[in-house]
Amino acid sequence: METLFIIIIAPLVSGIIAKIKNNLRMRKGQGIFQPYHNLIKLFCKEEVISENTSWIFGVAPFISLASAILAALLTPVFTTNPCAPQIGDFILIIFILALGRFFMALAALDAGSPFGGMGSSREMFLSSLAEPAAILSIFAVSLNAGTTNLGVIFGPHVIKLSSVVAGFSLVMVAIAETSRIPVDNQETHLELTMIHEAMTLEYSGRRLAFIELSSHIKQMVFFSLIVNIFMPRIVSEGGIVCGIFAYIIGIFIISAAVGFLEVSVAKMRLFRAVDFLAFSFVLGLAAIVISVMGA
Amino acid sequence: MENFFNTSLSFLFDPLSILFLSVIFAVCLPSAVYSIGYLNKRYSKGKIIYNWFLLSIFAASMALVVSVRNAFMFLIAWEAMSLASYFLVIFDSKEERSVNAGMIYLIMTHVGTAFITAGFLIMYKYANSFDFLALKDACVLMPSGAKDAAFLFLLAGFGVKSGIVPLHVWLPYAHPQAPSHISGIMSGVMIKTGIYGIIRFIIFILGVDSVWWGVLVLVLACVSCLVGVIYALMEHDIKKLLAYHSVENIGIILLGTGCSMVFLKLNMPGLAVFSLIAGLYHLINHAVFKCLLFLCAGGVYSATGTKDIEKLGGLIKKMPVTAFSFLIGAMAISALPPLNGFVSEWLTLQAFFVASLTGYMAGLKIFFSLCAATLVLTGGLACACFVKAFGMIFLAMPRSEKIEGAREASFSMKTAMLFLVALVFALGLGAGIIFKLLEVVAYSAAGINSGAVNISLRNLAAMPGAVNSVSLSTPLIAVILVAVIAGVYFGFRPRQARKYNTWDCGYYKLEPRNEYTATGFSKPFRVAFNFFLMPYKKTEKLRKSFYYVKSFKYETFTTPVFKKYIYYPLIEGILRAAKFMRRLQPGSIHVYISYIFVTMLLLIIFMNKF
Repeated sequence: METLFIIIIAPLVSGIIAKIKNNLRMRKGQGIFQPYHNLIKLFCKEEVISENTSWIFGVAPFISLASAILAALLTPVFTTNPCAPQIGDFILIIFILALGRFFMALAALDAGSPFGGMGSSREMFLSSLAEPAAILSIFAVSLNAGTTNLGVIFGPHVIKLSSVVAGFSLVMVAIAETSRIPVDNQETHLELTMIHEAMTLEYSGRRLAFIELSSHIKQMVFFSLIVNIFMPRIVSEGGIVCGIFAYIIGIFIISAAVGFLEVSVAKMRLFRAVDFLAFSFVLGLAAIVISVMGA
Repeated sequence: MENFFNTSLSFLFDPLSILFLSVIFAVCLPSAVYSIGYLNKRYSKGKIIYNWFLLSIFAASMALVVSVRNAFMFLIAWEAMSLASYFLVIFDSKEERSVNAGMIYLIMTHVGTAFITAGFLIMYKYANSFDFLALKDACVLMPSGAKDAAFLFLLAGFGVKSGIVPLHVWLPYAHPQAPSHISGIMSGVMIKTGIYGIIRFIIFILGVDSVWWGVLVLVLACVSCLVGVIYALMEHDIKKLLAYHSVENIGIILLGTGCSMVFLKLNMPGLAVFSLIAGLYHLINHAVFKCLLFLCAGGVYSATGTKDIEKLGGLIKKMPVTAFSFLIGAMAISALPPLNGFVSEWLTLQAFFVASLTGYMAGLKIFFSLCAATLVLTGGLACACFVKAFGMIFLAMPRSEKIEGAREASFSMKTAMLFLVALVFALGLGAGIIFKLLEVVAYSAAGINSGAVNISLRNLAAMPGAVNSVSLSTPLIAVILVAVIAGVYFGFRPRQARKYNTWDCGYYKLEPRNEYTATGFSKPFRVAFNFFLMPYKKTEKLRKSFYYVKSFKYETFTTPVFKKYIYYPLIEGILRAAKFMRRLQPGSIHVYISYIFVTMLLLIIFMNKF
């Protein structure tokens, strides 16, 4: 149920972020439903596939989408999915997303275009540096709960300082993983700066729609995790309606923050992003230290 | 003294030995089948018989190493294994590189054996016997100084064989030079005998004496992981790349083992058993997928005649089975769910998590978290490395004409590869069963009564300190993934697609020369890790005149840190010492007679005194 909810509203959140950005820049901008229109348009378009490609190129979007959906299935939204703890735990989410990324990176190399290779190389580079930071913040949050079981971590409990620090670290990871501005830029198609967009350059039609949908879902996964870290369950006290309300407000706040950040800072050079991720690693480590100290 | 001669060939078939025997069997069998197709037509008949002869000695000696119950016999089997593998490394003895690699291997492995012998002699001094169980009993009473010494000797000795950084230098030379099925066995199981030695002699017989033992192993393991994978990223020779990944994976196995050592000392048997299971699980997994990858690499090599991935490309269309097998192997080694490498890395991470939850002191807890971060970083880099390897070898356009004549591997080679692919799936999806079996092994290896602690994959609740159970179900993950992929594919199957050129910015038609190269792919990593790799470049301009550069050559290199700062100075020192010692040999018979006289005199004094 909630997974479906995530899948359905995922493009909307991207639309909201774009709207916020445009409004901050004093522009009118596209409507918040634009991502849906894009998806529908792509869905109806003819597909062009490079003649150099193999079946890897064909299956990669499906694997990418499946991994994003599985990650969404594990992610707690306003209640934890009751079967999620049966499938896996918090750590699994990182590995599942890596599965989709692995195939997308391969598919990017498949067409033989230098842009694809560039994007694939950079994406693997950034994500391999983002993952340690992510695991540290996941560890810190899990240490506070005493388990990596998602149902328990996001159950009702008091918010701890270390969780907050870990949450900030995870925000930085999320910015890198969802290709947002200081690290990557979703809007650009300038050859030398794009990362994620370079990987999907050869795709068109329905396959491109699946890839876009999976990046919307991936973004929702990260946002939901962050919202749930910052807002320990209000559900238990206020009931499900209150929970849903809090969740939506939380997502909105994060979208606004991300939009604001995107407008106010410039994109970093690729090797400056290393420092950015190193900072998030240090934040994660700080969260662990604080958590071990008991706060 | 009597034990040197009275050693009988007796065996110890405890669960640990049986585990290793089955791993050896599971890897040697497909490799042998593979060698039928691999050697055929490439080598003369005599060479092929020679291969079978050496291969059987190699396999038998490995089986002996893990099953004898006597340290003296262990050393004999160990030597036999080293020598058999040496002759296999120089199998292509016409190539100078093979001989050099063999030499490095021979020297390193004997240095290792010397360390092991020293460790055994220390234990022998207290036990007066070479029997494992007698040694185990004696080790309880050993003073801790002697224990520490024995530990360091054994760790160094077995570390050479398993390729722990900085003792790994032989590995990237020796493994790639051997024929591919031998590389598979060497990387798959031979280096694991070093791990067997560590578990058997350090954990089982010697018994962990202080916490720093485990911490030392963990630090070495983290360093091995990172160094192995970073070098692998820089490497463009496919077999060398895989060899460096062996260094990395030995590190991951040792992460589990080292964690278990810490907990044995801290008297937390449940955690110790759990982390040992994680280590052993990765050991089996690595044996299977690394052998698989080497066999695929061998297939590529025999089809194209090159191991340089910069010259390959587009092979997925010509060798679909090899490509599929390599893809599965690459996914497994990159720890992608739901395959086997993921399960063992998840278990190791869980071990670290519970370790940082219940660790003894704050420093140790933070240390464990950092180990986990190292493991994840390693996983991410390995993932990148295999995207590079698979992409460059199998995808896009062929990068040289060597691909033209490439044909799919022969039947026996395909059979061997697909068998290992099936094992990868079985070990990933049957994680629950494997875990149960490994539990038995880990209990007996750690010397804990089974049932003392209750753990299982579905129920980690009994883990000391953990509040709630955590579970992981690889079959469920697989089912969901397959269901979603199939559902989306058949539900919204894309309409007929048009085939067209890759987008070339409206320029000329793209050529293979425009493709991204492996060097380009690894450039960000080279820049980010430049403090360790210390890259440098050479440019060479061929000029016709000052203004007209005819051709331009550009090469990048990385500094081999360990060779430059550890091994070369060491070798230089040894040579210098040898030069100095040469003065002892003036060539005059009188001097030699006086040496004999002095030696006799000293010996008589020595015998009288002690």
